Amino acid sequence: MGEAIAFYIIAGFILIFAVLVVTAKEAVHSVVFLVIDFLFVAALYASLGAEFLAIIQILVYAGGIVVLYLFVVMLVNLKRPPEAYADPHRRTTLGFALSAAMLLEIGVIASYGYVKPAPALAAVAAPVTGNTEEVGWLLYTSYLIPFEIASMLLLVAMIGAIVLAKREL
Amino acid sequence: MPAGINAIDFYYLLPEIVLTAGALAVLVADVLLPRGSRALAWITVAVLGATLASLLPFADTDVEVANGLIAVDRFALFFKVVFLVSAIMTVLMSVRYLEIEEVSPGEYFFLVLCATLGMMIMAGGIDLITSFIGLETMAVSFYILTGFIKPNQRSNEAAVKYFLLGAFSLGILLYGMSLLYGLSGSTNLHVMASVFAGQARDPLLVLAVILVVSGMAFKIAAVPFHMWAPDVYEGAPTPITAFLSVGSKAAAFAMILRIFVEGLPSMTSDWQLLFEALAIVTMTVGNVAALTQSNLKRMLAYSSIAHAGYLLIGVVAGTPLGVSAMLIYLLIYTFMQLGAFTVIVMMRRADVVGDELKDFSGLHVRHPVAAFAMLLFMLSLGGIPPTAGFMGKFWLFRAAIESGYVGLAVVGVLNSAVSLYYYLRLVVFMYLKKETTGSEPTASPALALTLAVAVAATLVLGVYPRVLFEVAEKSAQTLGLGGAAAP
Repeated sequence: MGEAIAFYIIAGFILIFAVLVVTAKEAVHSVVFLVIDFLFVAALYASLGAEFLAIIQILVYAGGIVVLYLFVVMLVNLKRPPEAYADPHRRTTLGFALSAAMLLEIGVIASYGYVKPAPALAAVAAPVTGNTEEVGWLLYTSYLIPFEIASMLLLVAMIGAIVLAKREL
Repeated sequence: MPAGINAIDFYYLLPEIVLTAGALAVLVADVLLPRGSRALAWITVAVLGATLASLLPFADTDVEVANGLIAVDRFALFFKVVFLVSAIMTVLMSVRYLEIEEVSPGEYFFLVLCATLGMMIMAGGIDLITSFIGLETMAVSFYILTGFIKPNQRSNEAAVKYFLLGAFSLGILLYGMSLLYGLSGSTNLHVMASVFAGQARDPLLVLAVILVVSGMAFKIAAVPFHMWAPDVYEGAPTPITAFLSVGSKAAAFAMILRIFVEGLPSMTSDWQLLFEALAIVTMTVGNVAALTQSNLKRMLAYSSIAHAGYLLIGVVAGTPLGVSAMLIYLLIYTFMQLGAFTVIVMMRRADVVGDELKDFSGLHVRHPVAAFAMLLFMLSLGGIPPTAGFMGKFWLFRAAIESGYVGLAVVGVLNSAVSLYYYLRLVVFMYLKKETTGSEPTASPALALTLAVAVAATLVLGVYPRVLFEVAEKSAQTLGLGGAAAP
């Protein structure tokens, strides 16, 4: 019961701050709301016993990615009013109608799943000890190959950033 | 406790290891070699050749390695050969093109090799995690390669469009994948298939299928997820356009077959319906839009969208026959598409871009060989015998009819007829137009070699396709088709 209450409180805050991110007039305020949103998501992970994810969420998202956003906000001139960006081809009504239909569909499916839960959901036993060791263990044993390929992926991204950012090659 | 991985796993991953080591070697060689040396291209070709050779010991293996993350079977092997061959042709095509565009070749060739590595992982991946990382490696390499000509605004715009839409579609794909994992409790496709086998049709699973189909449809540029393709194909460096339209498409099809045929046989009727609708719309929109294009790269972009539609017929058929027809078509398509792009690269001069339709007017006077090769590729893309394109289409449509999708085959044939208009319009420009305004096409030895290979393959596979058919049939059988027989 306590878990459920914690979940709904945290989920509520996530939604509120997500809405604030979109509606904030100042770009910097948006970013700050985003940080708070990320922190609540981290809290959600922690309450589910996934403390590794929670830490990563704070380090990578609240830390790294938001710093990047702040740089963009500083470097790009966002002072113009939204009207200056208006696109004559934009069909706002159609967009809203389509997303409303999609949301409705997903809602129906989700509520169906709630009424009639999926039969054989693999019950994962919650680890008694922290799952950081568990994740590390899996990463270097079973998932060693994807881990190695991911290192190539990062190298590609790094070289790509250098290629695209360098003035003269 | 999950088992670790054994030394023997690394033996089975030898081709991937050779390719990775080679890619890193290219990066180092770029620093050591003098500026402007063409040796780098040949080193890259040698790396790809060595990878091709290292596939030899696995010609008949059919195993799952690394705890069921990657399959080394004939299905993967067939695709790996397609990727490596198209990568070699792309590199050969690029040598002079890079000098004209004045970009440094080191990082370019490294990224081509990494994209190939990603494709190979995608073809072998039987676990959502492996497939996804392979897909990302390929996609990130292509985002950068698309924007490689930095002074060119078109190239920049293409890269940004491709990156933004690609990232967005990847999000959709991941939503689907996470639902699949949540519902089955495993990322392994075979485990997933057995978990879902006994279950009733779950609406959440349907949602997952829809999301994964949408995400993958972006990668093969199927309508209505094709918006990025014309702009990206036009803006990217021409050899990369060729590689993108062949390698990346083939890899995405390999992943589609793995996920849906191996992982979701219990949902066959759902994804078949989705792919059937996609195939019809993709063929029709691609061909109709291609009719009005005056830029050749744009026209080939729409034509490649249409070809993705033809290939989807094979997915819908879902039988071993359908899959083998797809494999045959993919290999044939590789040669004719790369050949057509080779001719466009030949037209590129220091002062002329040479990818407009009018650049080709009266080409047969200026360069009869290039004109004839282009004629051959256009006929093949349109599906006229005795070229290979006819054989490929014939098998695809036959597979559709034998699985009971006669309507799909009829739409395909009608679309081929429509497509002839724009393929033959180029031929009219080359052979019947009097004014010869365009540039003088020139061939370097590497370009001549690529063109010769493409022409030879297009003719030989059209006249004597038997060997290819046998190989493709064997390869298709290794894909777990047990539960996916036609309804």
